[in-house]
Amino acid sequence: MREIELIRVPAPTSVPFLLPYFSCLVPAGFPSPANDHAEVEGLFDLNRLLLRHPDATYLVRVSGESMAGAEIHAGDLLAVDKHLEADHNHVVVAVVEGEVTVKRLVRKGQTWWLMPENPAYSPYEITDPDGLRIWGVVTHVVHELIPGKLHALLHTRE
Amino acid sequence: MYGLLDCNNFYVSCERVFQPRYEGRPVVVLSNNDGNIISRSAEAKALGLRMGDPYFQVKELLHQHDVAVFSSNYALYGDMSRRVMWYLGQTAPAVEVYSIDEAFLDLAGLEKYHGSLDTFARKIRAGVKSRTGIPTCVGVAPTKTLAKLANRIAKKNPDLVGVLYLDNAERRAWALTQVEVGDVWGIGRQYAAKLAAAGVGTAADLARVPDAWARKHLGGVVGARLVQELQGRPCAGLHPSEDGTLSRQSLSCSRTFGRPLSAFSDVLGAVSAFLSRAAEKLRAQGDTAHVLTVYISKNRFATNVQPPFSRSATLTLPIGPTADTTVLLSYARALLNRLWEPGTVYHKAGVVLDGLEPPGVGQQLTLFAPTPPEPENKREEKTAATGRPALMASLDALNSRFGKGTVRLAAAVPAPGRGGVVGKAHAAPWEGKAQWRSPAFTTRLEDLLIVQ
Repeated sequence: MREIELIRVPAPTSVPFLLPYFSCLVPAGFPSPANDHAEVEGLFDLNRLLLRHPDATYLVRVSGESMAGAEIHAGDLLAVDKHLEADHNHVVVAVVEGEVTVKRLVRKGQTWWLMPENPAYSPYEITDPDGLRIWGVVTHVVHELIPGKLHALLHTRE
Repeated sequence: MYGLLDCNNFYVSCERVFQPRYEGRPVVVLSNNDGNIISRSAEAKALGLRMGDPYFQVKELLHQHDVAVFSSNYALYGDMSRRVMWYLGQTAPAVEVYSIDEAFLDLAGLEKYHGSLDTFARKIRAGVKSRTGIPTCVGVAPTKTLAKLANRIAKKNPDLVGVLYLDNAERRAWALTQVEVGDVWGIGRQYAAKLAAAGVGTAADLARVPDAWARKHLGGVVGARLVQELQGRPCAGLHPSEDGTLSRQSLSCSRTFGRPLSAFSDVLGAVSAFLSRAAEKLRAQGDTAHVLTVYISKNRFATNVQPPFSRSATLTLPIGPTADTTVLLSYARALLNRLWEPGTVYHKAGVVLDGLEPPGVGQQLTLFAPTPPEPENKREEKTAATGRPALMASLDALNSRFGKGTVRLAAAVPAPGRGGVVGKAHAAPWEGKAQWRSPAFTTRLEDLLIVQ
């Protein structure tokens, strides 16, 4: 039997992922009798909440542990905003000699660096600004705490 | 004032966004079924590769120059196009999506807010680039035809840095001298030859022909309008998107088959699959269609094939507009029957839905409307003119939730034993080959770009 794919990559604009948002508080004790009358106050589009420029946001997958110190691990999903301008201390997706990599962009005095967050990897000094391009700025990390779909994806295409 | 924004080498540019190692290298993208070149990077153009070159003819040259070759990846191009058009829709007051990589913009009255339209065009161009990584060119002019022409000049002259604004008569006169008459929007190859014979060589010459001459020799009022547009007098506004939506005016779906087909059931299967796809798009934009066209083509490159290479049949739906796949399919089958020549080997098929409008618009109720042709299976219920919207809604919902093609019409499913030639166990015989397709970087979880 073929596996049925249930997870879709959210198309940032056309398929809002709606979560119900209730107007009442959730008491950590007795349920409030008012709950019976609680009404859905609105619907929350998580994409709109999280992604500032949905048309400019792309999801990418992480391979390797070079950013482990920034809580970015192999198999995680990153939301990357191509429209944001990269600045000091942003985690960015950069193109170095034709290959794409995720690192922290750091300015030290007059020099700019792509810094890994793992002592096993070495920093990369940006000596030739033409040889490097910022592809986008990482705005969010989707990290799975309970093994599920993202864990299963970990070894595809590697 | 109208703007025309056109993405540069769109398919190649999409590939490069997600595979930056191909920047600065010659790259081509092949048509469906890896047939012909349909997109070329500047480096590939410099090698003398032309649009439409069949892959098998230029294979050696591609190899010799280490040209990167990609199969077309419409999942990726479609999503990147959607992003470009969505941004344009947010930025310009009105947009007409003209093709997957081109859109007309209505820029009337924008000077007030943006200063010069030249500045605005540059801003839009930078906006598309920063959001998608796709380079574009923009032509701005008083008419759509001139905007097209300006765009063309901007593409050819790197000095213009992607934007040409024909804001005054002198600049328009200069621009007209820069373009051959055959490259004017709306002038086909036949008219170009006819015009050349009459001494009309450039767009400037064409803009000078008298109205009566244009009417007589360039297809009547269409030709006269074209000449007026070149003179700077607008004859056409924005078409499908005057209401501010990005809906299309006509929808089509066509493919070259993975292998030549000669059995009616196979070709009908392909037509059913293409029609299902087009009808799905039709419902997604909330429209119904008045006119259905079906066409089938033979392989024009094969040696023993006689013209006509392609035959088509068009029908204005006698029951009125519909978006119901089953109703459309009963007519498509009838049209295919009309086109079918037994013993012929077919290599491509397509369907086109025209005359699109939302249900209930300008529709007259009629007492004597005919019913659709009787389905072959008599037990099947007869469907009313409106079709079965609830059934179609369920079909679309299931396919959207569980993946494309989860629920299909039986006609669009290959018969047992007829598939399997393309490598996949259940590939339909009409599905094309795509040896060098890149991952669907933006629409499939398994295919996302991997960063180290």
